[in-house]
Amino acid sequence: MDLLIKGGRVIDPAQQIDEKLDIRITDGKIKELGKKLAADKSCEVIDAKGLIVTPGLIDMHVHLRDPGLEYKEDIVTGTRAAAAGGFTSVVCMPNTKPVNDNKAITTYIIAKAKAEGLVNVFPVGTITQGMKSENLAEMGDLKEAGCVAVSDDGRPVTNPELMRRALEYAKGMAIPLISHAEDLGLAGDGQMNDGFTATELGLKGIPWVAEDAATARDVYLAEFTNSPIHIAHVSTKGAVRIIRDAKARGVQVTCETAPHYFTLTEDAVRGYNTNAKMNPPLRTGEDVAAIKAGLADGTIDAIATDHAPHHSDEKDLEFALAANGIIGLETALPLALTLVEEKVLDLSALVAKLCLNPARILKLGRGTLEPGAVADITIIEPDRKWTVEAAKLASKSKNSPFLGMTMKGQSAYTIVGGKIVHKNQ
Amino acid sequence: MAFKHKDILGLQDLTAEEIELLLNTADNMKEISKREVKKVPTLRGKTVVNLFFEPSTRTRTSFEIAAKRLSADTLNISASTSAVQKGETLSDTAWNIEAMKPDIIVMRHGISGAHHYLAQRVSYSVINAGDGAHEHPSQGLLDMMTMREKFGTLQGLKVAIVGDITHSRVARSNIYGLTKMGANVSLAGPPTLIPPGAERLGNVTVCNRMQEAVEGADVIMMLRIQLERQGKTLLPTMREYSRYFGLSADVVKMAKPGVLVMHPGPMNRGVEISSDVADGENSVILEQVENGVAVRMSMLYHVSGGGPTE
Repeated sequence: MDLLIKGGRVIDPAQQIDEKLDIRITDGKIKELGKKLAADKSCEVIDAKGLIVTPGLIDMHVHLRDPGLEYKEDIVTGTRAAAAGGFTSVVCMPNTKPVNDNKAITTYIIAKAKAEGLVNVFPVGTITQGMKSENLAEMGDLKEAGCVAVSDDGRPVTNPELMRRALEYAKGMAIPLISHAEDLGLAGDGQMNDGFTATELGLKGIPWVAEDAATARDVYLAEFTNSPIHIAHVSTKGAVRIIRDAKARGVQVTCETAPHYFTLTEDAVRGYNTNAKMNPPLRTGEDVAAIKAGLADGTIDAIATDHAPHHSDEKDLEFALAANGIIGLETALPLALTLVEEKVLDLSALVAKLCLNPARILKLGRGTLEPGAVADITIIEPDRKWTVEAAKLASKSKNSPFLGMTMKGQSAYTIVGGKIVHKNQ
Repeated sequence: MAFKHKDILGLQDLTAEEIELLLNTADNMKEISKREVKKVPTLRGKTVVNLFFEPSTRTRTSFEIAAKRLSADTLNISASTSAVQKGETLSDTAWNIEAMKPDIIVMRHGISGAHHYLAQRVSYSVINAGDGAHEHPSQGLLDMMTMREKFGTLQGLKVAIVGDITHSRVARSNIYGLTKMGANVSLAGPPTLIPPGAERLGNVTVCNRMQEAVEGADVIMMLRIQLERQGKTLLPTMREYSRYFGLSADVVKMAKPGVLVMHPGPMNRGVEISSDVADGENSVILEQVENGVAVRMSMLYHVSGGGPTE
């Protein structure tokens, strides 16, 4: 069935479009964009007046926990949360149980997502077998099976020689490599950002240099091997500077940050709030300012959630025992929209970081509304106010530091391949 | 004034007036321990549970004696005999105890913030007997009580705290309490044992040399050094630590005459403090222990809502 989206403000960075247009969708693809397109009788019409129409949002960093950790999340609930949050595609990290270091797991994820998922699921395979930093994973096989990148996310590749070879090998297989940049020796068993707040709370700190030193190592290895690298979840001032400098001298480095790193500081941990515990940890106000500056000047290419569901049994604990990570799929869009309100980014630049750039980094062939493209579309109601309530979240886990907060902006319609998978009531 | 808190989780949460109230009451409580019949009926019919997840002799015994002198019923649960060994969570343990209707839980726990976690989930009062590297408020109060007894006031006192500040809940509670009461605190230790931003914890000066902190001090407080720290990344050897940060009679001479030498115990004699100093005329280490009982009586009394002590 055809779909006609009428009267919305269409933003498509790939075509440099920001104007009121109608969009016609036929057979799951974008047919045409234009003014006052006519609806024929078999066509479903969405009135998008006052709404923003963008290419479907792509979250290039989520944990769906499927297979093996389905008590936290699974492909059904995770993609439902994505659809509710306005994401038409999610890229899922391989630290499942067992880890996605072989074709069988990749095939399972893709098959289950196809059968039961609400949005597109693109799996990431591991860099090393078992994420053990000992031997390279079968990246060629993983790519053939459908992995769009490799990463040992959750852990760094600890051996620098192995990381060098991983970059070379991944380049040969033409599969993007995503680095979790953390020096485990420096991070130790830290529980929050190292600094005055940690001192006051008597918690062991994770110093910024644990991220900066690892980011520098991996950026240098990418430069040395002349290979592309993508740095995940950038949280520090220093990492932004390292990546900015590397880009300036032509290193093929891209990076992402997460909404919590430009929204919250380490102060959110006060009161021993385990929903403010994640890795990398929430940093200082200075880091938040540097992340925003990095988003504004293009150093940071993408916004990804690092959606990390955990069961309440793993969070409702003494701080040191609680798991790292927070969910993010359903709160990312309104948090990202605050960047427009604060004039850090214009709407078009923001949309690019939420769809076009991730699509380009991972070569997904999506992220645009060009005629002929797959009709993945997000229709945003920018002024809608809503409160984050655990009971209303689609995700199986409720570990969000934003519970109880009022958000502005939400997906009105999430459309995947021309099909409405989420409609806000 | 009345004490308005259900719990005592740390001295950071208390005002100078509240700390003064606790200390004043402790001064009165001390007299009870000197009577022939060392008991008042203040907490008769109340149940005080000592829940200790870390080994402790001094603090646990002191809280138990304090509760008994106020006529409370007490019982002790230690981690080695508790269900924690079987994997029970802290909240399950806490709720099971709650079902037995206690009035006050005195808890020691190895994780910073464990008491905040507990206090948010139970209706009874929680007194922190030490949480991780965070706070040890009864120790801070008994140290302040001891200083106040000798000097009459805490205002303007120069207090040197020497040793492993990073891992010390005793240091934090003393820093919060003393600086609120107008004392000047100097911290000394190797930079590997001074936590980031320590100078912002209150009116605090950080020194890398022990002598700088001790010079002209009214009080020298030595912290226990964990012997396990040597040979890892933080310290080379106990020998070198002792040479630079151990309290000897020569270092004591740099302080004011009549300086008080304190230690929260248990001491490593010959490491952070030499025996001649620990047992010498400036040492008030055993008076600290005596005051510990009075301070804990005061804490138990105030979280129970106060009222007449006789």
